[in-house]
Amino acid sequence: MTDVIIIGAGVSGAAIARELSRYERKVLVLEKESDVCEGTSKANSGIVHAGHDAVPGTLKARLNVEGNRMMDVLSRELDFPFKRNGSLVLSFEEEGREGLLELLERGRKNGVEGLCIVEPDKLRELEPNLSPDVKAALYAPAGGIVCPFGLTIALAENACENGVEFKLDTTVEKIEKMPVTGEGAGKEGFLYRVHTDKGCFEAPVVINAAGVYADVLHNMVSEKKLHITARRGEYCLLDRTVGNLVSHTVFQLPTKMGKGILVTPTVHGNLLLGPTAQDIENKEATCTTGEGMGKVLEQAAKSLKDLPSKSVITSFAGLRAHEDGGDFVIGEAEDAPGFIDVAGIESPGLTCAPAIGVYVANLLQSIRPAALKKDFKAYRKGVPGMSLATDEEKQRLIKENPAFANVICRCEQVTEGEILAAIHRPLGATTLDGIKRRTRAGMGRCQAGFCAPKTVEILARELSADMAQITKSGKDSGFLVGYNKGYEESREAFVSMEDREEAQA
Amino acid sequence: MRQVDIAIVGGGPAGLAAAVAAVRAGTTDVLILERDDKLGGILNQCIHNGFGLHTFQEELTGPEYAARFIEMAKELQIPYELETMVLSIAAGEEGRKVLTLMNRREGLFYVEAKAVILAMGCRERPRGALNIPGYRPAGIYCAGTAQRYVNMEGRMPGREVVILGSGDIGLIMARRMTLEGAKVKVVAELMPYSGGLKRNIVQCLDDYGIPLKLSHTVVDIDGKDRVCGVTLAQVDENLKPVPGTEEYISCDTLLLSCGLIPENELSTGLGVNLNRVTGGPFVNESLETNVSGVFACGNVLHVHDLVDYVSEEAKKAGEKAAAFVQRDDGQENPQEVTKLSEKEESLAVIAKNGVRYTVPSAIRPYCMEETQIIRFRVGQVYRNACIAVYFGDRCVSKIKRPVLAPGEMEQVKIKKADILAQERLSDITICIEV
Amino acid sequence: MQVKEMTCIRCPLGCALKAVTDEDGNITVTGNTCGRGAEYARNELTDPRRMVTSTVRIQGRKGQMVSVKTARDIPKGKIMECMEALRQVEAVPPVKIGDVLVKDIAGTGVDIVATNQAE
Repeated sequence: MTDVIIIGAGVSGAAIARELSRYERKVLVLEKESDVCEGTSKANSGIVHAGHDAVPGTLKARLNVEGNRMMDVLSRELDFPFKRNGSLVLSFEEEGREGLLELLERGRKNGVEGLCIVEPDKLRELEPNLSPDVKAALYAPAGGIVCPFGLTIALAENACENGVEFKLDTTVEKIEKMPVTGEGAGKEGFLYRVHTDKGCFEAPVVINAAGVYADVLHNMVSEKKLHITARRGEYCLLDRTVGNLVSHTVFQLPTKMGKGILVTPTVHGNLLLGPTAQDIENKEATCTTGEGMGKVLEQAAKSLKDLPSKSVITSFAGLRAHEDGGDFVIGEAEDAPGFIDVAGIESPGLTCAPAIGVYVANLLQSIRPAALKKDFKAYRKGVPGMSLATDEEKQRLIKENPAFANVICRCEQVTEGEILAAIHRPLGATTLDGIKRRTRAGMGRCQAGFCAPKTVEILARELSADMAQITKSGKDSGFLVGYNKGYEESREAFVSMEDREEAQA
Repeated sequence: MRQVDIAIVGGGPAGLAAAVAAVRAGTTDVLILERDDKLGGILNQCIHNGFGLHTFQEELTGPEYAARFIEMAKELQIPYELETMVLSIAAGEEGRKVLTLMNRREGLFYVEAKAVILAMGCRERPRGALNIPGYRPAGIYCAGTAQRYVNMEGRMPGREVVILGSGDIGLIMARRMTLEGAKVKVVAELMPYSGGLKRNIVQCLDDYGIPLKLSHTVVDIDGKDRVCGVTLAQVDENLKPVPGTEEYISCDTLLLSCGLIPENELSTGLGVNLNRVTGGPFVNESLETNVSGVFACGNVLHVHDLVDYVSEEAKKAGEKAAAFVQRDDGQENPQEVTKLSEKEESLAVIAKNGVRYTVPSAIRPYCMEETQIIRFRVGQVYRNACIAVYFGDRCVSKIKRPVLAPGEMEQVKIKKADILAQERLSDITICIEV
Repeated sequence: MQVKEMTCIRCPLGCALKAVTDEDGNITVTGNTCGRGAEYARNELTDPRRMVTSTVRIQGRKGQMVSVKTARDIPKGKIMECMEALRQVEAVPPVKIGDVLVKDIAGTGVDIVATNQAE
């Protein structure tokens, strides 16, 4: 019998899964995509916010500061890239000073430490490449950057290792709230039957961490309706050669003209610009637009002396889940006991995720207490990274497995050994995007032009599949449509050849 | 640490020709470092013909052309390491270079070289760098990636194809995919002219009735999992899409052939200065970069249109690197050489008025050979224009050309005697005059 | 009199050719910079030919191909027939460059030869 079903394996779902895996509970995670971290969690700024933006007293404000503080320990436990690089909010007008002071005050109320206003002279020292138009800035030493895939995958892997079951490629279609009595029933006697395209699952507790779809799921069981708007944010990612243009995360002070576009280094040394904010109807519309990308480049240019827009290596868009109320909605649905919403997790959701995990775990303890597991494994080791390893570490890894000497992705210097490690681990990669997010193969300046054929080959070999079955990101995202020399006919010829071989063997 | 005279980074056409030339020039201790599992580089997947007319006076396919050089290298018993990645090159003692390498056989290891020839080639400009809006589904490939799938892996990456960019690889792939049964619906080119060779438009597009739409680009990519269509639009003279000209074309594949970028990450790590126009190193008449003893040739230096010119250029790099090593070995008095080159004025070669860049970008008259070839590309299509060469502000030659196009590499020849005859010469200018 | 303009594909120069056919069927070619150009233009008007390059499967090796070409130009109209015929071909390793893999492809009288090796 499953105790808890978590719907959604984004950063919130993964963080909750990991926290719940500390307890003696049987937890099942349902995810509609073929991998974890496929929705909002994969396309965002990768910022660990200091916590001066959220309105004091909100759940956002509290969880932001808590999540931020948890990040150092968590990154050591789970071995994902995190850097506390500090952040700056720039004002380009003298009048903006008031706005900065307001943020500073808000931050203090929220419990953010170390905030101060920086004058242009000092600012140049901190960031020599900023635009000379900057009049003042708010400095937040607590700001940081994290790899969003690294964080989410680490949380999910660790949860998996601690016994949480993940069902990928499983789409929830309907949830039934069924009154029951006796063993297995919820506090108020409810059992939730979750219908998916892969069968039915039942549990007395359902945690709804379904991102932009959280309102749809919530509204299946509750009369108190939620409404989530998908807010699209577009980004441009620049080559590592310009990644050191700034060392802090640089925000622009929101004005009447808009929220501003941030410029930040990423933990992997690229430069990231974005996001735009556009409310859209379609919850799948993760496409970029000409206007959006133009806006990102144009507005990001305000912050810098010289924006190397020619160094863009890719652009992407993510959808943030904005709930009408504006704050996170975390808690049991009023008219559906045991159905816990984790909805409206927009920015600073990534920062908050670890705190959300604890918050929900505690909430569940208060509803249905469970004992702590004795053998909980808090530590997880990531895929070894050859490109950043010292020569000695490289030697050691190659000695362990010579595949670590075989470079597959030239741009990011990712080896076959790393790709193998990404495949053969809890919740291992099965797609090209899965490999990319776990190893960075294909993440560089050639964007997988050279390595994709090799990675597809390795995936096919390791998963005992045909190359044509390997996808970019699951479902119908296959790379190859068949064999050369006439499609199906020659495929049949190949198959018959295999048969012959088998017959011979 | 293993010591060699010349380390050649890359075993493609440039690296092979450089190695052969260096050995023929008398340096036996040469080592080719190749990351792939065979020599020949990108030629292995270029199974079409059209290679070798200059070099061998016959028309060969890519693998045949490569095989000729591989054979020469094997005859000369030039050592090479396959599946070996050069991770970095750093300055060592006494001007030598230390290469950090990795392969399955030896793990991480180091090679010290007196001279290095950079021959890493280039890569294709990916979708991200083109800022094409839309979804990010499977089915978007650089033309060369598709070429590898079709020609080397025996796989078809798609059935209904739109190609963006009319570079030679895109044109070649339009024909190749058609021959293998795919439907190539259109080739769209942002510029008002093709980026590829004219002959390829005839034999790859016209022969198969594939339309080429100049001044068109992809403004949207449709399809969440796999490409299901693209939107094309015409662009104006500023290359901006013209509203109202959008046309949706259903397809499952978008191939990109929008330019090549020299792969100079190793070079910059070593402190080699790059030309922003070519993306390749600045070199002098000897194809030597600003880092003494480091030479460059082939597509890592500037993107060539014909492999024959790569071979020719690489031969020179090999010979000059050999001379550098021999000079270093005291076969000439090194001090004298230093004095000579210090004393020596270097002439700047200036690219002007329609000439985008020149290789070399500097010439030391005393170091040059009797005839120096200067290669360049033009920035737009010219009809009945002249390639003019100026010594200082004196025009020394004008060559009339019926057509000059950006897709084709051009060259002029400069005579050492002419340069030496000119007093107080500080620069040479190559420009287009209409 | 018939005038046909075309681009020569015999070498990368891509000369703009003009072929004039008079009443007696004599063809005059201008715009060419070498003899090959004139020959190309005449052939284009009378018997256009192309070299075909492709790949064939290697027997016993899934997904592995060896590149091939027609030993000479074949009539343009025979290209697809040639490709069709190549689908059925499996090269038996070892293959060396220049090995004849198919004799007289698609009735053209031209052989298919390997342009790469397969050990």
